[in-house]
Amino acid sequence: MAEAEPIVRVRGLVNRFGEQLVHDGLELDVRRGEILGVVGGSGTGKSVLMRSVIGLQSPADGAITVFGESMIDRDEEEAKHVRRRWGVLFQGGALFSTLTVAENVQVPIKEFYPGIDQDLLDEIAAYKISMSGLNVDAGAKYPSELSGGMRKRAGIARALALDPELLFLDEPTAGLDPIGAAAFDQLILELRDALGLTVFLITHDLDTLYAICDRVAVLADRKVVAVGPIPELLALDHEWIQDYFKGPRGRAAATIAEREEAAT
Amino acid sequence: MLRFSGNLTLLRVRKLSEQLKEIDAERLVVDLSEVERMDTVGAWLVHKLERDRGATIVGATEDQQMLIDHVTRADQPVKVRREYEPPLRQFVGELGVATQTALGTMVGLLGFFGALLIAVANVIRHPRRFRFNAVVTRFDVVGVRALGIIGLMSFLVGIVVAQQGAVQLRQFGAEIYTINLIGRSAVKELGVLMTAIMVAGRSGSAFAAQIGSMKLNEEVDAMRTIGVSPMEALVFPRVLATVLMMPLLGFYAAIMAVIGGGIFTWFALDIPPITFVQRIREVVPDTDLYQSLIKAPVFGLIISMAGCYQGLQVEGNAEDVGLRTTTAVVQGIFLVIVLDAFFAVFFTEIGWL
Repeated sequence: MAEAEPIVRVRGLVNRFGEQLVHDGLELDVRRGEILGVVGGSGTGKSVLMRSVIGLQSPADGAITVFGESMIDRDEEEAKHVRRRWGVLFQGGALFSTLTVAENVQVPIKEFYPGIDQDLLDEIAAYKISMSGLNVDAGAKYPSELSGGMRKRAGIARALALDPELLFLDEPTAGLDPIGAAAFDQLILELRDALGLTVFLITHDLDTLYAICDRVAVLADRKVVAVGPIPELLALDHEWIQDYFKGPRGRAAATIAEREEAAT
Repeated sequence: MLRFSGNLTLLRVRKLSEQLKEIDAERLVVDLSEVERMDTVGAWLVHKLERDRGATIVGATEDQQMLIDHVTRADQPVKVRREYEPPLRQFVGELGVATQTALGTMVGLLGFFGALLIAVANVIRHPRRFRFNAVVTRFDVVGVRALGIIGLMSFLVGIVVAQQGAVQLRQFGAEIYTINLIGRSAVKELGVLMTAIMVAGRSGSAFAAQIGSMKLNEEVDAMRTIGVSPMEALVFPRVLATVLMMPLLGFYAAIMAVIGGGIFTWFALDIPPITFVQRIREVVPDTDLYQSLIKAPVFGLIISMAGCYQGLQVEGNAEDVGLRTTTAVVQGIFLVIVLDAFFAVFFTEIGWL
């Protein structure tokens, strides 16, 4: 089978903050329908990579295409039709603090598809909120009235508002309790299967990596040093990768994943 | 029989939901076999037909059925709106809350003043805990960096007072008294009052915003757990710097206003600078300057305390930082003017005319 055109293609990406070089010739493809995990030590520029792809950060050099369209120096108006096809979850949720959770979820829908009547909007917000695993009374609350984990879920509800084809998640399970994190993994898997989602997932959560990621990209030395399914990565002789997956936490996650595999 | 075809997605949902409302058939059978793409919103519409009108769904692919199941499971009585309150009740409620807040703030400020005094006492007892660098940084931010704007403002105010005064006094042939007007108003009131307003706008707001963001970021809590008192580390340096800078800035502002007035009288009224300075020295009593110098540190205390207090009251979200910053400035200026009125009466009573 011929290799399908990747949904996100990053070529020769260079990002620099003053003297500090964050990315130097970084290359990465995200294929349609896959869940790509991005891992790397703190400060290796995982979030910067995501920000570059979604156009919040202008890279010093390199080419980025999303859905086959270049994202660098895009005109805001032109970028809009690309933006409506993705959803983004920021690390802290980044909910609009002056709006209730339900209103937060409705913002992207109102922006891109104006004229939908309010009752239907409320219904949409309601099922998105419940789908993201929030309590039934969360919709009318303001973000400041929610706990950190709930805020994250509300952020997910907003990211999913437009039923995007591509979902960017920046550490979605950080700060969630293990039960919530597992439920979240399950949610992403189900949505991927049902909606044909492609997911770009930054995470430190080894359980999430084993549970849902089709491929994992490892960021180190200012570029992607390896990308592939976890078993392939394990075979590589790279110090950081070995430390990461073979460390005590990595081993524990691997054991759990094996056990689950055996059970199914 | 209801047959959907093509894309059943958010893009088409507006028209579809309107069309669906017009259909009032019993025992609907919904055929999805010609649907190419369906998203959760489409699934929601189908689910609603199933739920509200007992429709039977046929022809759904496995994925589509899964999506519908997914949405069905998510169909919970989620509360989307806040509860409605009648306007009158809302008004009375708001009035009550506002009154409570106002009283609470007064008590809070008093308590804050007490906490500040305790912090000062602690620093005096343990001089090593005095944050010299922090205070010097605040000197720079509150004092030195304000010189430009306060100088310019006072200079212009001096010109305006001279010009307006001259116009009025000319009617009585008493133009020479313009100098009295400039000298006394600038040294006694305008210099220090304008400075206080500018410092409240520049530094009081900055204190509230800085400390407020630190509060949001849990830096203040982190400080407490490490054993550093925020009153000593954050509030005291700011208050001390403002209290010490205010008299200097106030004096400087008064001088700049007098210079502004002097330049105006020189060019517009042909009063040479030598005469102007001589007149100023004759008509402005020392007590005018003393008044300013007594008032200025008190104003500084009020402004910086209002700023720091409001900053520490920040809770919840970024919007609160903005609200608290505004409150800090408004409260600072308001209290300064109220106090200024008391000072004016007091100084008159003790014979400092």
